[in-house]
Amino acid sequence: MTRRLRRSDLAAAALTLLLAWLVIYPILVVGVDAAHPTALTAFFTRPGEWAALWASVWISLVSVILAAAIGVPLAFLFEWFDFPGRKTLGALIALPVVLPPLVGVIAFLFLYGESGFIARAVQSVFHLQNAPWRLQGAAAILLVHAYSMYVYFYLFTRAGLAKLDVSMLEAAQALGADRRATLWRVIVPLLRPSLVGAAMLTFMTALGSFSAPYIFGGGFRVMTTQIVATKLNGDLPLAMVETVALALVAIAGLVILGRTEGDDILVALGKGIAPRPRPIRRASVRWLAAIAGWGLAVLLLLPHLTLGLVSLVPYGAWTTEILPPVINLENYRRLFSEAERLRPMWNSLWMAAASTAVAVALALAGGWLVVRRRVALRRAIEALLALPWALPGTVFAIALATTFSVHAPLRLRFVLVGTAVILPLAYLVRALPLTGRGVLAAYRQLDPSLEEAAASLGAGRWRTLGRVTLPQLRPGLAAGASLAFVAALGDIVASIVLYTYETRPVSIEILSSLRLSETGVAAAFGVVLMLVSAVVLGVGARR
Amino acid sequence: MTGFLQIQAIEKRWGHDVTVGPISLDISRGEILALLGPSGSGKTTMLRLLAGFETADGGRIAVANEDVTPVPPAQRRFGMVFQHYALFPHLDVGQNVGFGLAGSRERGSVEAKVAAALALVDLRGYERRKVHELSGGQQQRVALARALAPEPRVLLLDEPLSNLDPALRERTRHELREVIKRVGITTVFVTHEQEEAFDLGDRIAVLNQGRLEQVGVPDELYEHPTNLFVATFVGRANVFRGRSARALGANGDGVLVVRPERLRFAQAGLPGIVRERRYIGAAAFFLIEGDDHERFEVLAEPDAAKVGARVYVEATRVIAL
Repeated sequence: MTRRLRRSDLAAAALTLLLAWLVIYPILVVGVDAAHPTALTAFFTRPGEWAALWASVWISLVSVILAAAIGVPLAFLFEWFDFPGRKTLGALIALPVVLPPLVGVIAFLFLYGESGFIARAVQSVFHLQNAPWRLQGAAAILLVHAYSMYVYFYLFTRAGLAKLDVSMLEAAQALGADRRATLWRVIVPLLRPSLVGAAMLTFMTALGSFSAPYIFGGGFRVMTTQIVATKLNGDLPLAMVETVALALVAIAGLVILGRTEGDDILVALGKGIAPRPRPIRRASVRWLAAIAGWGLAVLLLLPHLTLGLVSLVPYGAWTTEILPPVINLENYRRLFSEAERLRPMWNSLWMAAASTAVAVALALAGGWLVVRRRVALRRAIEALLALPWALPGTVFAIALATTFSVHAPLRLRFVLVGTAVILPLAYLVRALPLTGRGVLAAYRQLDPSLEEAAASLGAGRWRTLGRVTLPQLRPGLAAGASLAFVAALGDIVASIVLYTYETRPVSIEILSSLRLSETGVAAAFGVVLMLVSAVVLGVGARR
Repeated sequence: MTGFLQIQAIEKRWGHDVTVGPISLDISRGEILALLGPSGSGKTTMLRLLAGFETADGGRIAVANEDVTPVPPAQRRFGMVFQHYALFPHLDVGQNVGFGLAGSRERGSVEAKVAAALALVDLRGYERRKVHELSGGQQQRVALARALAPEPRVLLLDEPLSNLDPALRERTRHELREVIKRVGITTVFVTHEQEEAFDLGDRIAVLNQGRLEQVGVPDELYEHPTNLFVATFVGRANVFRGRSARALGANGDGVLVVRPERLRFAQAGLPGIVRERRYIGAAAFFLIEGDDHERFEVLAEPDAAKVGARVYVEATRVIAL
């Protein structure tokens, strides 16, 4: 017994050190290097820096409000009311999830941009000389954020409503509370953890969002684009100060939001039975709901459809017409036949797969040590696994770029920038919270007596792991791994800072295609990413 | 005399072949009525119809001659204690108990009423406690205090004791009855346990497959069941037919129900072989197999017979159906 404990403590120490080296050490390096007098002075005196920081904060806050305003009512509609097409629509409504950030942004560009479908249609209908609008600045960024982030509020609120015990609502009624009172005094307080969770996720995603401000920002800078611009200008010290500033804002946001979550245990005491969806009785309202629902679905699907259509238009074939005059598979043929175009695809796939595999292995080791062995370092392991979630991707990109461009083996710093290792490493760091959360949650729900039963039936440690533990962990594991894989596949934030020509991933290739006005190829890449993401997420969500 | 709470031919249809009711019951002011039945008998549906959570497909419910059938639960002024209590986890004990008093204007009176309700269930000074810090028994009492605080006209309890461990159940049962009687509130509760119904209820309504089988005080149900379901569901019962029924004194082809304690070993009567003996302390149950392979139980002195022995059994009291 003592020997076993000592061995798992050793393993825990090794895992803690490895995670600390991956997750904390680069941040510390940046923090120390950022204490650079000229860079600090530059940051504090230039108005552009403060403007970008403030822009990041208010864009994130408004994104939270917009996403909540769309996602929460939708969740109530789909969880509580029954109308024609409810099931199909309820699944469709999570569609923005399958669009990686950059792909979603270019789809918006093709759809709502100044030379997109809608603008062209308006232009030709009203015979305008110029495009009727420009999709640029804060409004454009917020539009993309609202579209891609309301899903968090929608899913979290639906999950919260599904866990709501119907007897809570009946108890409120029996005590004389009418509908409004029940909503504000019972339902909203019980949903608070879900709402705060969604708000945190939206805030962090918006704060770390890079693609939308990068493509649509124009002169409007937020901190993420500011950091990358500074880095590409070669002013690394200033980029590090900016990185630290963004990290501090992220942590402050999490602390403030985390405080509103409170420490109440909001679990119903009995087993909860969720309310059944109520059919909408009045025919007119039913049809209104159905029409609004399908209209919404079309609105949500438009970016996907646009992407598909643009991907079928060969280079230079589409100039001023509303609809493209030529449609064929030329772009896809080029994608799959030209070696230079296949390479980014393979790069993205293997780097995403490798980072996900390692993230899963580390999460499994972490789950076993934290939940089963209850090692002394369990809090440290859990915190390290979760930490990358609390900081925007740009922060880690800059931190890894700084830490691993120096050869100093005694300080555990190696030259990895420019090699094929650095991008998978960056993806791995971002993947840890996703796989870690999935595996830890699944491990906590796993009844230890199942493993004990296997042992008592003569199964050894590996047989127990393979036949009992892993199959039981599978849903949580698959969910975490699929999210991590899709995030790595569509990553742009770390890639744009750390890629080399040889290891360039699809997102970088999309950007360069756009720069060469090869919109068809960019869209075709986008469609491939979207389909792979959809399949992987679909597999990961299977029970 | 008409009842304070009148249930008149109330009916609820689930789908085309599952129906609860029509059921009629009169409950007098201050009476505790138990709805007893196996699962699926419609007892919970009855309670939910009374509370207003289900709408009736026929019949009416009246309180003090006021028809409340169309009144929504929020205006019905029926207090309810839920099976799993449904205490609001985001509120403390005092806020839970005060929830139904929101209409009251003066703050002081709310606090006083909360304190009084908590005092009633012996939880004085528990206002600031968190719900999840309480034991199961305390949670049950908070749920009772919360239901009683708005001074409802009728109290409804859904399996009030099923969530407690058996050791606590008997004591809680007596406390519950005591509180209800002290308040004097008309009460309907649902249970599937005969002992609980006997102990807590003044009268018992036995339900089966959506129908009301019999209503009466415990003695009446036990000694004079009107049908085979009530006879076998309420208490232990041996059912005899044909030759063995006649051997115990039945005339004709009727069914005879005999409680195990109403059978005794004798020199003559219904013959059989003792197959099993289950010792319960003060007495023992003897499982007898008769000559026609019918099996029945006799409750007797622990040493009244031996396993494997051939015995004769006679009845001291029979229920002829």
